[in-house]
Amino acid sequence: MSLLEIKNAKLKLDDKDILKGLSLSVNSGEVHAIMGPNGSGKSTLSYMLAGRDGYELESGEVFLEGQSLSDMEADERARSGLFLAFQYPVELPGVGGMSFLREAVNSRRKFLGEEELDHLAFVKEARKVASKMFVKDEMLKRAVNVGFSGGEKKRFEILQMAMLKPKVSILDETDSGLDVDALKIVSDGVNAQRNDENAIVVITHYQRLLDYIVPDFVHILSDGNIIKSGGPELALEVEKNGYAGLINAA
Amino acid sequence: MVATQETIDKVKEVSSTYKYGFVTDLEAEKAPLGLSEDIVKFISHKKKEPKWLLDWRLKAYKKWLSMEAPNWAMVDFPKINFQDIYYYSAPKTKPKLNSLDEVDPELLRTYEKLGIPIKEQEVLAGVAVDYVFDSVSVATTFREKLAKEGIIFCPISEAVQSHPDLVKKYIGSVIPISDNYYAALNSAVFTDGSFVYIPKGVKCPMELSTYFRINEQNSGQFERTLIIAEDNTYVSYLEGCTAPQRDENQLHAAVVELVAMNNAEIKYSTVQNWYPGDKDGRGGIYNFVTKRGNCLGKKSKISWTQVETGSAITWKYPSCVLKGDDSVGEFYSVAVANNAQQADTGTKMIHIGKNTKSTIISKGISAGKAQNTYRGQVQIQKNAKGSRNFTQCDSLLIGDKCGAHTVPYINQFTPHARVEHEATTSKISEDQLFYCLQRGLDTEQATSLIVNGFCKEVMKELPMEFAVEAQKLIGISLEGSVG
Repeated sequence: MSLLEIKNAKLKLDDKDILKGLSLSVNSGEVHAIMGPNGSGKSTLSYMLAGRDGYELESGEVFLEGQSLSDMEADERARSGLFLAFQYPVELPGVGGMSFLREAVNSRRKFLGEEELDHLAFVKEARKVASKMFVKDEMLKRAVNVGFSGGEKKRFEILQMAMLKPKVSILDETDSGLDVDALKIVSDGVNAQRNDENAIVVITHYQRLLDYIVPDFVHILSDGNIIKSGGPELALEVEKNGYAGLINAA
Repeated sequence: MVATQETIDKVKEVSSTYKYGFVTDLEAEKAPLGLSEDIVKFISHKKKEPKWLLDWRLKAYKKWLSMEAPNWAMVDFPKINFQDIYYYSAPKTKPKLNSLDEVDPELLRTYEKLGIPIKEQEVLAGVAVDYVFDSVSVATTFREKLAKEGIIFCPISEAVQSHPDLVKKYIGSVIPISDNYYAALNSAVFTDGSFVYIPKGVKCPMELSTYFRINEQNSGQFERTLIIAEDNTYVSYLEGCTAPQRDENQLHAAVVELVAMNNAEIKYSTVQNWYPGDKDGRGGIYNFVTKRGNCLGKKSKISWTQVETGSAITWKYPSCVLKGDDSVGEFYSVAVANNAQQADTGTKMIHIGKNTKSTIISKGISAGKAQNTYRGQVQIQKNAKGSRNFTQCDSLLIGDKCGAHTVPYINQFTPHARVEHEATTSKISEDQLFYCLQRGLDTEQATSLIVNGFCKEVMKELPMEFAVEAQKLIGISLEGSVG
């Protein structure tokens, strides 16, 4: 059974068709890349999946581990194991990174019927994971994303992903604003989490990220639909010929 | 104002042989309804007060008669009928319940969310249990320990008897009876409150909390507190309670006076959670409080920290008069107003001495259709050269039917001083909310987290044990305000 199943998804924003019957099936253990030019509907797709207000489907359906998401709010989807790494992580002034993470992790654990972690146990676990992501303790003490550099923000997103152990992770333009060194650290963090139990959907504009996070499948999104699917070589084709060539051919 | 016939009869009945016009052993537990000179005498007599205090009360009462209720605050409520209030009732025990099963489930739900241990819940809710006596014995041990240091911490009515010179010297020295309408009223009819005296050179070894003060219950709607810190001392005083407090008295007009001598520091923290009334504000408490501290000595410091979540109407401006050179005044405030609550709160920093410093950090949160006003005055007198003030007023709006208002008054009479004022107004953004939801937090958790983040600079000023409960309290106060 697929972990994430999108069936004929249609969505309008301000009366404009953005998603026009998109379908996608992602099985456990797989990494899918969705590539597309600006305005193809990439961010809309990730907000729709995460259940953001205003991004409800007009028709079609999405299933997470076989369960329909249509009646689930954003927080329920998150607790059920859907994670979105934001393109622009949001600042939460005054909210300490450690306490934010702990609330998030305990919400997920509660949902899974696991015992909530007390402060000490949590700090120990967070430090362990953080050190792998080259996230310093000091960063966890600061307010969430406030005054973080672009690289720090993305590392913090992936740290949250590692702590929450989601079934399906959607990485929205995770490479934007990263230099090569930061890109490598973030990609290593993502790769370390790949396993047979989960799935990752990488949404990106450029092929560059896919050198580091090598996908099993690549899909080209254009004008609200997937117009072509293939293996990693498809990304290289985009790099070589641009989107225009592929879109025209389709 | 004419005393009711009931009052006159009652007073006549009790006044016959005693030199103040009263007999000592009165059976009446409650003064008759209404306010008159006789009622003031009745209260003073009931408390076996010396003549000077009775005279002081009467002077306050006469002053009050000549005053008008203030109407400049941004609060709106029907006129109070002062003849429709009981001004004295003997300390009474709360109705005893047999177990928590008999307590209002809504109240229990809130206790639980605040994380109050079962035993404390029972005490708070007035369940008849043995360990109420435990808490009395804890309080006794506590007082013994303080007595060893020479610290006096007792009900002010007791201090009037045991330390009349101190009370006489300082009562009304910070807030004179003519200060304002409600302070005059309080001076005339106050029933009880705390008295704290820290002798020279003593650092109070523990936080003084009203929780541990014997006779804490029923100190009444006109509470009066006086704290005196002599040279080279430190004291931290905690007032209030995060547990929701219901009270049959609608009007609360307390007075708190602080006096800090050379190099003395007083830290005064309040968590106020009086019943705010229903969604339309019906039945909530009116909290009209006068709080002021005199930094009399050099390098003295007075710090007010308040978390105000309760009451239908809050009218409160804890202030500092910085007389001593190099003295410091601080005001850290979180005021939450939800539903129909109205809060008009802030501070006054009066710089008189040289090189005096003050800091004001005010965080106002409005939700529902509440109105929240920061009103503050910074005054730098002519001789206060080298003085500095920093003021930061931040308002957070939740929803689109509430209001936030900032009304700063700055009067500077010397060019040799620096005054800074910053103000911001923000809303909880949809992006912030969605980010939190995407991490699995529900709307209420997310709101509480974001609001507590907004208040962080103030919350960190609270003593540890208070801060944790206060954080939860802010979340609970805003339940249902988003989404």
